[in-house]
Amino acid sequence: MVKGSLGKVYRKGDTIIRQGESGDCMYVIQLGQVEVVQEMDGEEIRLAELHEGDFFGEMAIFEREVRSATVRSLGDSSVLTVDKKNFLRRIQEDPSLAFRLVQSMSGRIRKMSETVTGLRLTKPPWPH
Amino acid sequence: MDDGSRVAVVGGGPAGSLFTYFLLEMAERIGIELLVDVYEPRDFSRPAPHGCNMCGGIISESLVQNLATDGINLPPMIVQRGIDSYCMHMDVGEVHIDNPLFEKRIAAVYRGSGPKGIKEMKWGSFDGHLQSLSDKKGARIIDEKVTDLRREDGRLFIKTKTRPEQSYSLMAVATGVNTAALKLLQKSDLGYQPPRTTKTAIREYLLGAETIEKYLGTSMHVFLLDIPRLTFAAIIPKGDYATVCLLGDKIDSNLLETFLNAPEVKGCMPPGWQWDQPACQCSPRMNVSGSPLPFGDQVVFLGDCGVTRLYKDGIGAAYRAAKAAASTAVFHGISAEDFRKHYLPACQKMTTDNMIGKVIFWFTKIIQRLRFARRGILNMTAKEQEKKGGNQIISMVLWDMFTGSAPYREIFIRTLHPLFLIRLAWHLFIALFSSDKDRKSGLRRKNT
Ligand SMILES: Cc1cc2nc3c(=O)[nH]c(=O)nc-3n(C[C@H](O)[C@H](O)[C@H](O)COP(=O)(O)OP(=O)(O)OC[C@H]3O[C@@H](n4cnc5c(N)ncnc54)[C@H](O)[C@@H]3O)c2cc1C
Repeated sequence: MVKGSLGKVYRKGDTIIRQGESGDCMYVIQLGQVEVVQEMDGEEIRLAELHEGDFFGEMAIFEREVRSATVRSLGDSSVLTVDKKNFLRRIQEDPSLAFRLVQSMSGRIRKMSETVTGLRLTKPPWPH
Repeated sequence: MDDGSRVAVVGGGPAGSLFTYFLLEMAERIGIELLVDVYEPRDFSRPAPHGCNMCGGIISESLVQNLATDGINLPPMIVQRGIDSYCMHMDVGEVHIDNPLFEKRIAAVYRGSGPKGIKEMKWGSFDGHLQSLSDKKGARIIDEKVTDLRREDGRLFIKTKTRPEQSYSLMAVATGVNTAALKLLQKSDLGYQPPRTTKTAIREYLLGAETIEKYLGTSMHVFLLDIPRLTFAAIIPKGDYATVCLLGDKIDSNLLETFLNAPEVKGCMPPGWQWDQPACQCSPRMNVSGSPLPFGDQVVFLGDCGVTRLYKDGIGAAYRAAKAAASTAVFHGISAEDFRKHYLPACQKMTTDNMIGKVIFWFTKIIQRLRFARRGILNMTAKEQEKKGGNQIISMVLWDMFTGSAPYREIFIRTLHPLFLIRLAWHLFIALFSSDKDRKSGLRRKNT
């Protein structure tokens, strides 16, 4: 299925980026699906499932922090790397290039707010 | 522009389709509804010559990334082959250069649906894919050639053979340079001055997917040969075909024949391949010096018929121009002054970069002429490739130069790095006193 697709091919379960490692590029899924998981106290929490056209790893473009989550391939996937340098150079000439990235990030913030609200509603607001 | 403003796009190649796509997308973002007509007579679902905009079909690394960031991904139906490396062939040997990430970051595509005589259409057209994106955004595709255009009382008028004259507020001209429309534009009152062009050559050889995989792999093959008037030659592996592409000064059939008979080319192609076997071929013109004034009041000239990049990444240049023009029209205005302020800088950037490109190609020409220099460059590159992971300085210079991924300015600055200059001087010195040492690349061995 991945013949002819661009990027690097990953098989089911392959780790694309690992939480805690440094990185200076972001990724765009060309084919297939990936899962985003966060390790906490030896436990894995699944944060999201991403599909064709979705970005991940974009925080590395703007920050110098290590990867905040691990991303693994669910089944076969092809993932394209976008270099920080190419991206930042282009963004100087064409700020609109950041639009989709901001859109995707704002979508994630919205989802996160919903999750946080959900958590508050399921737990009593203060201990009795 | 306001709600309901009418826009005409003349030519639906990459420049026209990308302009339409971004214009409609940006307008949508700020809540303006535009009516866009794209005039394009080609049917991209048909093979050459009806559906093809004649080119090597390399979508550069930087363009693939920029499009993906813009939400335009190239599906496997369009990408005939992902390219992850290139092989430089010279009379003194060949060297294989891998993409540092070992990733397929360059796309080899067909602009139409394949060469003349194609039996099985397994892949889709790149230009057709872009056209379908602008179609989905709401543009109206008119499958006719523009036969007349004029300006009157602040409106622009367009006529085709069968349609009555239509009037527009803005006209984006993206006809490329391989069209009689250039004469029409010059005769019109739009103040158009065409770019300077030169003749190139393309040939498509049917080799079969397996043979291509075995002999050409996923590498772009570039040739630095001492053939007068030849600036750049490449063999690009596609699905079932290999595209031979020659750029230089007035490429003619003699030059093409000389190139195809060069031992380096024969060594690269599979056994049994005949240079004169039936092949779809064309001699498109290429823009080598942009239009001096690529805009006017309510008119903008995009892509090849305006300003483009010298020899490399013409589609990437069309993308940049299209986006700059679309954002000017949506966010600033459509007067000549608006285009001068916001669109011209993008064109000037390319023009200045092309001047640096000319210097780089001039140096390349010198290397092409001097056997010891070719030997030096080959050895320097091969040494770097053997030492994977080290400082890949010449490999990166050559990679960017051949793939068109970085501006010429950046490539030139890299060549001024003291480490590059010291290494180059050293390898040239050694090459001056040594004999040819055949450095066959790992490619053929890897695949056999
Ligand atoms: C030999 C060669 C190899 C090349 N290789 C590459 C490569 O590998 N990678 C790369 O990025 N670039 C390459 N280029 C450059 C690339 O082809 C051009 O830069 C690119 O096609 C420009 O796009 P455009 O939309 O401006 O023009 P075009 O692609 O020429 O499209 C113009 C469109 O306008 C239409 N048109 C013309 N007249 C009219 C009319 N009167 N009415 C309505 N429509 C009209 C045409 O049908 C056509 O569809 C190559 C060029 C040549 C010559």
